[in-house]
Amino acid sequence: MKNKKAFENMIHGIFLMLGLIAVGCVLLITVYLVIAGIPAIREIGLFKFLFGKTWESTSANPSYGILPFILTSIYGTAGAIIIGVPIGFLTAVYLSKIAPQKIKAAVGTAVSLLAGIPSVVYGLVGMLVLVPGIREIFHLADGASLLAAIIVLAIMILPSIIKVSVTALDAVPKEYEDASLALGATPVETYFKVSVPAAKSGIAAAVVLGIGRAIGEAMAVMMVSGNVANMPGLFQSVRFLTTAVASEMSYSSGLQRQALFSIALVLFLFIMLINATLNFFLKGKKGD
Amino acid sequence: MQNSKISKARKAYISIMKALMWLSVAVTCSLVAFLIIYVFVKGIPNISWGLLSEKPSYLSGKIGILPDILNTVYIVIATLLIVLPIGVGAAIYLTEYAQNKKLVNIIEYAAETLSGIPSIIYGLVGMLFFCQFLNMKTSLLAGALTLVIMNLPTIMRTTQESLKTVPQSYREGAFGLGAGKWRVIHTVVLPGCVDGIITGCILSVGRILGESAALLFTAGFAHALNGIIDGLSSSGCTLTVALYVYAKEQGEFGIAFAIAAILMILTLIINLSAMLVEKYFRKRRNV
Amino acid sequence: MSNIITVKDMCLWYGEHQALKDINIDIPSKSITAFIGPSGCGKSTFLKSLNRMNDLIPSVKITGDVKYNGKNIFGSSVDVNELRREIGMVFQKPNPFPMSIYDNVAYGPRTHGVKSKAKLDDIVEQSLKDAAIWEEVKDRLKKNALGLSGGQQQRLCIARALAVKPAVLLMDEPTSALDPISTSKIEELTIKLKENYTIIMVTHNMQQAVRISDQTAFFLLGELVEYGNTETLFSTPKDKRTEDYITGRFG
Repeated sequence: MKNKKAFENMIHGIFLMLGLIAVGCVLLITVYLVIAGIPAIREIGLFKFLFGKTWESTSANPSYGILPFILTSIYGTAGAIIIGVPIGFLTAVYLSKIAPQKIKAAVGTAVSLLAGIPSVVYGLVGMLVLVPGIREIFHLADGASLLAAIIVLAIMILPSIIKVSVTALDAVPKEYEDASLALGATPVETYFKVSVPAAKSGIAAAVVLGIGRAIGEAMAVMMVSGNVANMPGLFQSVRFLTTAVASEMSYSSGLQRQALFSIALVLFLFIMLINATLNFFLKGKKGD
Repeated sequence: MQNSKISKARKAYISIMKALMWLSVAVTCSLVAFLIIYVFVKGIPNISWGLLSEKPSYLSGKIGILPDILNTVYIVIATLLIVLPIGVGAAIYLTEYAQNKKLVNIIEYAAETLSGIPSIIYGLVGMLFFCQFLNMKTSLLAGALTLVIMNLPTIMRTTQESLKTVPQSYREGAFGLGAGKWRVIHTVVLPGCVDGIITGCILSVGRILGESAALLFTAGFAHALNGIIDGLSSSGCTLTVALYVYAKEQGEFGIAFAIAAILMILTLIINLSAMLVEKYFRKRRNV
Repeated sequence: MSNIITVKDMCLWYGEHQALKDINIDIPSKSITAFIGPSGCGKSTFLKSLNRMNDLIPSVKITGDVKYNGKNIFGSSVDVNELRREIGMVFQKPNPFPMSIYDNVAYGPRTHGVKSKAKLDDIVEQSLKDAAIWEEVKDRLKKNALGLSGGQQQRLCIARALAVKPAVLLMDEPTSALDPISTSKIEELTIKLKENYTIIMVTHNMQQAVRISDQTAFFLLGELVEYGNTETLFSTPKDKRTEDYITGRFG
C-alpha cells in the first residue's frame, strides 16, 4: 500500500514537471534574449540604438540605429490593420449573423485554409504578383516595398481577425438582438448597433491578435519588402524588425551579431506588450 | 415627411452596410480562390517524378526535392514524438492534478505567451540554446526541439479542451470503485480525450509544415539524402525553407511553385482531415 | 445487529461554509438506511463523506470521527482506494463508462488486480445477475454500455459496484433520474441486496424511504434532526421539524 501511494506521488510529480515545462520555456526565452540582447545596447547606447536613423552594420565605421526597423514594423502593422480589419470584421459580421449555415461552413473552411497556407507561399505569390504589379501601376524602379508588405500582411491576418470576431459575435445572446428587432430596428441595424457593441471586447481581441501576427511575421515580408534599411515610405524598400534579424544572422559576427539579438529583444518586448493587451481584452470579456 | 426622410437615411445606411459586407466576403473568398488556383497553375506543371524522387546535384544541374520531403517528414515525426507527451501531460496536470489556482494561472499564462511569440524569435533562441549551448550544431533535431516549444501550447490547449468535455461522472464512477488516480486517468479520462489529441496533432503538423523562420537558423539548408537517424543529427532543409531558398536566393521560381503547390495540397489535406476528425468524434459522442 | 459505521461529532466545511454540524449516527449492517431532507440539507454531502468521495473537492475540511468496522476512515493508515472498494457507490445519474457492458463491470475487479479471464467472466456474470440485469444484457456484453436505457444503465452501475464485493453500498438518489417502472425494479433489487450488503440511500422521495428502508435519518440545514426506525419516525416523529417535513409543510 505504501508502494501504491509512492507510485501515485511519483506520477503526480511527473505530470507537475510536464506542466512546468511551458513555464520553463518562457523563462528560457526571456533569459536568453535579455542576456544576448543587453551587451550590444550597452555598447551602442540605448538612445542611439533605439532612435538612431541609420543602420550600417557592415560599413567600415558601422552605425547601429534601429529606428527605421521600428518605424517600418509599426507602419507596416498599422497599414495591415487598416486594410485587414475592416474586411475581416465585415466578413465576420456577415458570417456570424447573415450567412446561411451552408455558406458559413464553406467560407469558414476557406478562411481556415487561408490560415493554413505557409507564409513562404504568401511571400512567393507576393514576389511574383504583387511586386511587379506595384512596379507597373506606380511606375517604380522596384515594386518590393512597404506597400507590398502591407498588402501581404493584411491578407495574412485576415483569418485570425475573422475567426476571433465570429466567435465573439456568435456569443452575443440572442435576446439582445430580439429586443432590438422588437423595437423596429432592421436586422442590419441590429447587427451593427447591438451585436457589434456587445461583442466589442472580443473584436478588440481579434484586432490585437492581428497586430501580434503582423508584427511577428518574417518570411513573407522578407520576400516582398526589398529588405533595405531605409526609413519607411510607402514605396520604399524597407526592412522590418523581424527581417533585420533574419537577413543578417547567417553571416554576422561580433557587435553586429549582438545588435541583432538586441533587435530581437526589442521585438520581444513589443510582443509581450501586445500579449498583455490581448489578455486584458480576453479577461475583460470573461469578467462581464 | 420627417419620417420618410429618416427612413431614407436608414435605408441608405442599410444598403451601404450590406454592400460593404458583400464586398468583404467577396474579397476574402476570391483571395482564397486566387491563391489556390494561381499556385496550382504555376506549380503543378513543374511537379515531375524526377523532382520528387531525386536529390539535387550540382554536377548534372538537376534539382530534386526528395531530401527536403524526407527532412520534412523526419522533423514532423520528431517534433510530434517529443511534444505529444509533454503537451498531453501538461494538460492532464492542469485539469486533473493541479489544485493550486495560482500555479494553474501561471502555466496557462506561460502557454498563452508561447503561442504569441513570433517564430523568428523561436529560431533565434533555438539557435542559441539548442545549437550552441547544447552543442547540437545546426541540425534537424535542434529544429524539431525548437518546434516542440512552438507547438506545445497548441497540444496543451486542444487536449485541455477535450479533457474538460469528459464528464465528471466518469471520474466519480471510477474513483467510487476504488481506482487510484493514475488508473482513473489512463483508463477512463485519456480515452475520452483522444479527439483533442488528434486535433492537436493535425494542427501541429500544419504548423510544422508551414514553418520556416524558426528553422532557418536551427535546422539549416542542406539537401543531403539521409535516413531518419542521420537526418536528425545533421543539417537539413524542409520544404518551406527549400521554397524560400529556391525563390529568394536562386531565382528558381518553377521549383518554388512546385513546392508551393505541394504545400498547398498538404494544407488542403490537413484542413480536410481536421474537419473529418471533428465530424467523426462529434458523431461518436452523440451515440 | 452490529453497527458497521459509527459517526461521532462530525462536522464538514466547504471553505468557510459549514455544511454539516455535529453529526452522530450509527448504521447497522445488512439493513437499508434512508437519508431524507430538503435539497441542500447536507444528506448527499454526508453520504459522500462515508467513502471519502469529498476528498476530490479541494476546499472540503472534515472534523470528528467516522468509523468503519471500528477503524477511523480518515486515519493515516487507511488506503482510500481500499476503503472505496469496501464502501461502493451508486450515483444519482447513471454513469457507465463509455466502454462495453463487460468492461464496465470488469473495471473494478481489474483495478484491484484480477487478471484471469475465467475469473473475470464469473464475476461479471454473478454481478449482473445480482443486479437483476443479466437476462437483458447477456447476449450483448460486448456492446457499448451507453446504448442501454437509463434504468438498465443504473442497474449496470449497481452491478459494477457489486463486482468489487463491497460490504456497504452508498446510493445517492439512485432513482431520481428514472421512470416509475425502472424505479420499482431498482427498489426490489435494493431490498434483495440487503441480505448481503449494508445499504445507505439518499432519497428525495419519502414514499420510497417508507417502502424500503429499515431506519431513516432526517437532515435539515446540515443537522441530523432525527434518526430512528422508519415506521416510528414516520408515524410518531419526536421532533416538530421532522413532523412538519414528513407532513409536507415545507421542502
